[in-house]
Amino acid sequence: MKKYVSLRIGNVISFLIDKKAFFLTFVFFLAAFFVILVSASVGEVMISPVQVFQTIFGIGDGTNELVIKQFRLPRILISLLVGMCLAVAGGILQNLVRNPLASPDIIGITGGASAAVVLFLMLFSDKNHSLTVSIHWMPLAAFIGAAVTGICVYLLSWKNGVTAIRLVLVGIGISFLTKALTTLLMIKGPIYQASQANIWITGSVYAANWSQVKILFPATIILLLITVVTVRTINIQSFGDEIAIGMGNRVQLTRFFLLFLGTALTAVAVAFGGGIGFVGLIAPHIARKLVGSSFGLMLPISAFVGALIVMLSDLLGKTIFLPHEIPAGVFTSAIGAPYFIYLLMKHRNI
Amino acid sequence: MSLSSNRKAILLFLSFLLLLFSMCASIVYGYTDTSWKMAWDAFFHFNGSNEHIIIQNVRLPRSVIASVVGACLALSGALMQAITKNPLASPSVFGINAGAGFFIVLAFSLFSVNSLQAFTWIAFAGAAFAAMLVYMISSLGSDGLTPVKLTLAGAAVAALFSSLTQGLLVLNEAALDQVLFWLAGSVQGRKMEVITAVLPYILIGLVICTIIASKLNVLVMGEEVAKSLGLKVGTVKFFAACAVIFFAGGAVAAAGPIAFIGVVVPHIAKYVAGNDYRWILPFCAVFGGILLVAADIGARFIVMPEEVPVGVMTAIIGTPFFVYIARKGVRAS
Repeated sequence: MKKYVSLRIGNVISFLIDKKAFFLTFVFFLAAFFVILVSASVGEVMISPVQVFQTIFGIGDGTNELVIKQFRLPRILISLLVGMCLAVAGGILQNLVRNPLASPDIIGITGGASAAVVLFLMLFSDKNHSLTVSIHWMPLAAFIGAAVTGICVYLLSWKNGVTAIRLVLVGIGISFLTKALTTLLMIKGPIYQASQANIWITGSVYAANWSQVKILFPATIILLLITVVTVRTINIQSFGDEIAIGMGNRVQLTRFFLLFLGTALTAVAVAFGGGIGFVGLIAPHIARKLVGSSFGLMLPISAFVGALIVMLSDLLGKTIFLPHEIPAGVFTSAIGAPYFIYLLMKHRNI
Repeated sequence: MSLSSNRKAILLFLSFLLLLFSMCASIVYGYTDTSWKMAWDAFFHFNGSNEHIIIQNVRLPRSVIASVVGACLALSGALMQAITKNPLASPSVFGINAGAGFFIVLAFSLFSVNSLQAFTWIAFAGAAFAAMLVYMISSLGSDGLTPVKLTLAGAAVAALFSSLTQGLLVLNEAALDQVLFWLAGSVQGRKMEVITAVLPYILIGLVICTIIASKLNVLVMGEEVAKSLGLKVGTVKFFAACAVIFFAGGAVAAAGPIAFIGVVVPHIAKYVAGNDYRWILPFCAVFGGILLVAADIGARFIVMPEEVPVGVMTAIIGTPFFVYIARKGVRAS
């Protein structure tokens, strides 16, 4: 049996489709869909899947409609999108710096966002610990923090060009620094803010609403489309500078562009999901174990794996200890890590 | 930068003097106002005054623990980077900090253990358990322990443990307050027994280090090269891993998880010492000690009268330096 099926439409479009990867993508797509259904029906109010369907197509009753459409769906969608963004960002960064330990957390982008959020909570609180501006500005603060840190890391690693190793080392230094600043700000600030900030840093999609979805959805789609278009250059980068240059790739330009893409993906994700960790590290590895390291093949799978991890974490967080809500960030690695370890043990020769 | 052996020896000696000086400074400066003269008197003309007691019972252990822990963290980081061949590796990639943290929180939630002395042993056990788990998972399979498998297994296990810790803490909020000070990592308020308890392991680690230092030079050339040069790759890695467990386990047991030093100091040491592990390791030990002692002094002053976790200060002091080194040119292996 052949590994690939070729797809040709006239003389314009011609693809080789990897059967296994295609099949797995489909499986993960179904799994994601299934989790969305379960997540929409489970919670403090139990709603049967049939009713969920009815509600989504507008023929359910009023209460269900309120619960599902106003509370659950935006939250599920935010989890889905945040997971996808983080996983894809992790994949890009791991290929970019050619280091399996790279992830949005490790090069400081998430840390920068956390520091910005704590600073935001500190600057815009009055004496009674209530915010003087709307909490809806917090995602913006996170976005700015992530972007500024990304730019700083890039500029500090620039010295006649940016090498992968310098980028990642400077990133590590900066990420530690942002963590230190966060802790320092939390110690200096009142306790109330510390606990607020802590929930954010752990990562939670608790307060999701449709206006967030309206921003995150188009942003994710655009960034993912750009990523799909640049898949070839991402693959080339992973061979190393010499080969990439030899193949006619403008290494510095691509590197800047990919870092920008990774930062943007992380920034939009953390803006709405907080500092959800480990998805960006583990999801790409899971995908790589399943279909190999060609970025085009692993991209969709890692996106779906990331989405699944965050959605499942949120599902667990809101159901396991009812009526307590546990931030989704607590469970991401409890779900992702065992599966990854299983894959690591199963695929013995890699 | 590559120096001749003589100049390296001189530099190492000077750094060692700097370490001693910062340890003394750590004994003298703090919230309670004391002078160098008073510190001298406390040891040689002890008169039972408050200041003297503080110097003998609080500041001295603190200074010794900080220097030993800093040295251990840096050494274990260097070994870890050598066996995983990953410049980002640190003892936490072995799951050491996460394992220790998990055991502490578990012991606290299930058996209400909360003495620092008990924490030392529990943390050591947790660190060793996590590291052995990582080692086992990554040595499965016919190709044995490859750097990539070790790194990935370590990252996954560490993630798993810290997630479990967070889960436990969410369930048991009382535990959070009690163990948070431990989880932040600090050398404050520890007694000398904390370090004497783990000292035997650290000494074994040092012995291993002196034996395998020259072999690490061969190992970092790559698996195949090392094998063809007659190096028993598996054995060297095994002993290096043991040393990592002893060092990092001892450090986390004595001071809780302190992240920064294990990643960063080895790079600084390599920048000074070149590629020879017989030089890198001693430089690591001394630099690690200096950084942690200095950070600990800074931690007392930055938000006086409170103290910040020492990990915060290590990052604030170390990062600018590290970024400078990274820009100057870090050796990739």
